[in-house]
Amino acid sequence: MAHQYIGYAVFLPLIGFLINGLIGRKIKSESLVGIIGSAAVAIGFIIAASILVEMLGSPPDERSHIVYLFNWITAGDLSVSVAYQVDQLSVLMMLIVTGVGFLIHVYSIGYMHGDPGFWRFFSYLNLFIFTMLNLILADNFLLMFLGWEGVGLCSYLLIGFWYDRKFEKGTTGDAAKKAFIVNRIGDFGFLIGMFLIFTTFGSLNFSTVFAHASMLSVGTPIVMWITLALFLGATGKSAQIPLFVWLPDAMAGPTPVSALIHAATMVTAGIYMVARCSVLYALAPATMEVVAIVGACTALVAASIGLVQNDIKKILAYSTVSQLGYMFLALGVGAFAAGLFHVLTHAFFKALLFLGSGAVIHAMHEEQDIRKMGELKSHLPTTYKTFLVGTVAIAGIPPLAGFFSKDEILWKSFAHGYYVLWFMGLVGAGLTAFYMFRLLSLTFDGEKRWDPGKHPHEAPATMTIPLIILAVLSAIGGFVGIPASLGGGNAIEHWLDPVFEKANEKMLLAGHDVEAIEYVLMALSVGVAIAGIFLARKWYLQRSEIPDRLSARFAGLYKLLLNKYYVDEAYDAVVITPAAKGSEKLLWRGIDVGVIDWFVNALAAAFGFVSKTMRVVQTGVAQSYALVFLAGVIAIVGWLITR
Amino acid sequence: MQLSLSAYLGLSAILFTIGVAGVLLRRNAIVVFMCIELMLNSVNLSLIAFSSYRGDITGQVLVFFVMAVAAAEAAVGLAIVIALFRNKQTVNIDEVNILKW
Repeated sequence: MAHQYIGYAVFLPLIGFLINGLIGRKIKSESLVGIIGSAAVAIGFIIAASILVEMLGSPPDERSHIVYLFNWITAGDLSVSVAYQVDQLSVLMMLIVTGVGFLIHVYSIGYMHGDPGFWRFFSYLNLFIFTMLNLILADNFLLMFLGWEGVGLCSYLLIGFWYDRKFEKGTTGDAAKKAFIVNRIGDFGFLIGMFLIFTTFGSLNFSTVFAHASMLSVGTPIVMWITLALFLGATGKSAQIPLFVWLPDAMAGPTPVSALIHAATMVTAGIYMVARCSVLYALAPATMEVVAIVGACTALVAASIGLVQNDIKKILAYSTVSQLGYMFLALGVGAFAAGLFHVLTHAFFKALLFLGSGAVIHAMHEEQDIRKMGELKSHLPTTYKTFLVGTVAIAGIPPLAGFFSKDEILWKSFAHGYYVLWFMGLVGAGLTAFYMFRLLSLTFDGEKRWDPGKHPHEAPATMTIPLIILAVLSAIGGFVGIPASLGGGNAIEHWLDPVFEKANEKMLLAGHDVEAIEYVLMALSVGVAIAGIFLARKWYLQRSEIPDRLSARFAGLYKLLLNKYYVDEAYDAVVITPAAKGSEKLLWRGIDVGVIDWFVNALAAAFGFVSKTMRVVQTGVAQSYALVFLAGVIAIVGWLITR
Repeated sequence: MQLSLSAYLGLSAILFTIGVAGVLLRRNAIVVFMCIELMLNSVNLSLIAFSSYRGDITGQVLVFFVMAVAAAEAAVGLAIVIALFRNKQTVNIDEVNILKW
């Protein structure tokens, strides 16, 4: 039974982390370090794949297992064990994490070649895989939280991997701190949610909590608070409004990190968590609406920022934020399976795009400004072809992966009656197609604008082979979810059905028959995407004066978008500056110096004063002590006599 | 002739008072020391007197203890005085206030 070996899949990356982290510096051979790191993940993928095969061979209601490893914490009513829940949802996530993770490990062998921190990089990557697997496989909230915090730590370590490099106004270390602190705000929500769950249901085990929860009626207030608090955690980890600001800065890390952590896996943890708690969310329609609205707004806002950015990785970062918004939109409208489907396809094409951008940055000697690129397709043919596949996939052109998952989300939001959100998603889809083809055109087509001293060259095979594999997956990955209207069986939705069964019962969502309007919407979203592509090609290849004219005419809007709606500045003014000033003026100078230090100093001064006064009694003359002694004796004897 | 008990006790009290006064008023460490011995011996005298008067041997036994303690105390006390004199060239206790802050 393959699922019994799940522990190996989780703990081998930990062993890889320990080997590379402790003695990696001594291992002189880069390829050995790389092989240790990659093999640990590869074995995890093999185990995940064999679990999938085992599940496919058993009936749907016997596919879920809990693998108990050991007891972790027991205190009072709280009992938490390290146990892994192997079901349709977690095995899907596990395949993504280990599969894409393995490809990115292989890619990193080429990308990080010659870096003095090569061994450190691989040990961090392995630690990340370990914590991520804990997050997605945990059978209780606390173990999930361990993974949740662990991936945040790895994200921090890897964003600041080149900790002495300049990044925007500071160093990469500042970007790492920003990511960590913003995530902490979300984690606070997760913690509150967890406390509420424990006080409400008396357990942290998924099975117990969800069994109790499914007996509650829809709209129970406490469940709304629990889900809202958990969703705050999700907005932090998955970079949604209002906590999305860290993800664009996370691009300070090496590009494979951006691909693995900040596109394919870690940022989808929030979506996974909401999907895992689908029963709770189904009980709180108000929260579901919040999730859907936040998702749609994020999708639109991030896409609009992506229109005008010039840093190749920044565009992809905003694109990631936007795509994550789509996933939350799907969750919010009750289409959990569609959200997970988009997680899958997005992992393929966004990892591909990031790795492709890494190959470009590698070839251009750390140049990331797309205004200084152009005409790279003849120099990087493999990268160009794979990047093109990824771009078409994310733009939503059939039959590539992005089309099926994005269309499923848009269709579900329309079918469930969220017309405004559907429209926002549709506009976002057009913007996505536009900014991605703008990126592609400026980078690979047109005339060359780079410095004459540079000689771009194709990346080594360790980098191109993962690109090719991911390109193939981006092209065909959508076929697991072909909707019924296009003659498919929507395999992924049926695969995930048992996981979301209870949630779907609560929401009373009936299955939809194929309707004519579905084809209309499909044609509409493809039309919008093609329009976006067409505009981008025309503006940036033939009539390159149009974007300049537009930005001049709408200077205010352009500046607003270029400066990302001034969200960072607003947070600076509203949160960071008051916190810093308040800490200095009130907490430091006021409370710390004025109250706490004052009290301690006053206490010491009082003791000093009393001692100074009492000290005169100690004359040092033995006879005066004897006199006092005598007086005492007389007093006691006198008292004894006269009483 | 047989002296009364109160005569012994009176002498003992006078000796004790002289001893106390000496300890409190004199400044020479040796004299103070001798006055302490005087106090001890005045107590010894009254113990012996009570012992003889009551025909009880316990008082005399106790006096031996006091004398043993006094001998030990004399040895330690004189050693301190000698050490003090070697260090400070004086036995005037007004000048010995080095433990004062």
